Amino acid sequence: MNATPIAPATTPIITVTDLVKQFGRFAALRGVSATFNAGQMYAILGDNGAGKTTLLRTLAGLNRPTRGSITMLGSNNLRAVCRQVGYMAHPSLLYDEMTGMENLHYFARLYDITDDQRCASVITAVGLDPDLARPVGQYSQGMRQRMSLARALLNDPQILLLDEPFSNVDLRSAREMVLLLGKMRDNGKTIFVVTHQAFLLEGAANEFVWMEEGKIVSRTSHYSPTPGEKP
Amino acid sequence: MSLTGVTLIKDLRLEWRSKDAINSMLFFALLVVVIFSFSFDPTAEESRQIAGGLIWVAFLFAAVVALNQTWAREIRNQVLDAYRVSPAPANSLFLAKASGNFIFVLVLEALMTPLFVVFYNLRALGPAWQLPIVALLGTWALVVNGTFFAAMSLRTRSREIMLPLLLFPISLPAVLAMVEATTSILTGEYSAKFWIVLLAAYDLVFTTGCLLLFDIVLNAE
Repeated sequence: MNATPIAPATTPIITVTDLVKQFGRFAALRGVSATFNAGQMYAILGDNGAGKTTLLRTLAGLNRPTRGSITMLGSNNLRAVCRQVGYMAHPSLLYDEMTGMENLHYFARLYDITDDQRCASVITAVGLDPDLARPVGQYSQGMRQRMSLARALLNDPQILLLDEPFSNVDLRSAREMVLLLGKMRDNGKTIFVVTHQAFLLEGAANEFVWMEEGKIVSRTSHYSPTPGEKP
Repeated sequence: MSLTGVTLIKDLRLEWRSKDAINSMLFFALLVVVIFSFSFDPTAEESRQIAGGLIWVAFLFAAVVALNQTWAREIRNQVLDAYRVSPAPANSLFLAKASGNFIFVLVLEALMTPLFVVFYNLRALGPAWQLPIVALLGTWALVVNGTFFAAMSLRTRSREIMLPLLLFPISLPAVLAMVEATTSILTGEYSAKFWIVLLAAYDLVFTTGCLLLFDIVLNAE
C-alpha cells in the first residue's frame, strides 16, 4: 500500500519557508521557517494561541498559507502527497452513530484500502477491541482518542500529524500511545505531536519545538517546561 | 463499489440510525398538508388548480430541513476534515450527499402524496404517467442545488437562514416548472412537455455547475 520508500533520518521530509497564516487581521503563523527530518518525533509545544494547531492544519493541507511555502516529501503540492500523511485532530473526526470498525471501514475506502484486516490491525494497535459493537458516541473520551489515532494510522502514513492525542487519556494509556508512536518513529515514520503534556514525550521525542505568537522560538533535544535555547 | 456508493451507504446508515432528516421532514410536510386542508375548502376543480403549488411548496420547505441536516453531521466532530485530508475526490462526496437527499425527499414524497390526494380529493385529468417524471426531475433540481448551497452555508453563523436565502431564488425556475407541469397534468388543460424539458435542462446545467464548483466550496476556509 505504501509504495514510497522510507527516507533516511537525516533527509529533510518537510521544509517550511516563511509561512504566514492570517485569519482576517489575526496572524496565527508569522513567518515560520523550519526543516524537519525524516524518522524523527517532534513535540510541538507552546501556550494556547501560539499557532501549534494552525501549523499542523496547514501541514495537513486544511489551511491554505497566506504566504510562504511548504515542501513535503519533495513536493510543493500537499494534495499530491496526502496519501503519505495521517492527521489526528482535537475532535475525533469520527461518526458518533457508527462503531469504530464501521468508521474505519469507511475511511479506509477514502484511501482505496479494501483490506478489512488493516482496520482490525490498527484498532488492535491502539489497544482497542475491533469487535466492539458500541457506537463511537458511547465510547469514553480516551477510547475515542485512541480510535481517532487508529483512523490516522489507517493509510500507514510516512508523516503523522497529531493534535493533542493525549488529552483526556489516562496516564497509562497515554504512555502506551507514546510507546506505539516511538515504535513507529523507529520504523522511519516522522511524527509531529502537538501537546500540553510534553513530559509524556520526554525520552521519546527527538526534538521539542517551542512556538510563541505564531513563530518557532526554540528547538531543543531535551524537554524543559519553558522554551530553552533559540533555534 | 465506487466511493460515491460507499459514502451514500454510510449516509443512509447514519440516517437509518438517527432518523434526523426523515422525521423532521415528515412532521413538517404533514403539518403543511393538514393546515392547508383546514385553511381552504376548495372544490375538486379548484384543488387541481392549486395542488401543484401546494405540493411543491410543502416539499421544498420540508427538503430544506433535510438539507440542513446533511452537512450538520459532517461538522459534528469535524468529520469533514477527515475527508478533506484524504485523496478522495470532492465530487464523490457531493454526488453521494445529493443522492442521499434525493432518496430522503423521494421517500417523503412517496409518503405524503397519498395524503395530498386524499385531503384535496385529487384526480389527474391529464397524462398521469408524467407525474413521476416531474417528481424525479423536480426533486433532483431541489436537492442538487440544496446540497451545494447547504455546503456553502456550512461555515456561516446562521446557516439555517442562509440556506433558504441562497436556495429559493436560484430554484425559482425549477419550482415554476414543477408547479406548471404538475398543474397541467392534474387539469389536463395544456401539455407539460415544455416544463418537463425545462426541468431536465435545469437539472443538467446545475448538476454540471455544482460538480465543477464543489471542490472550491469543500476546501473553502
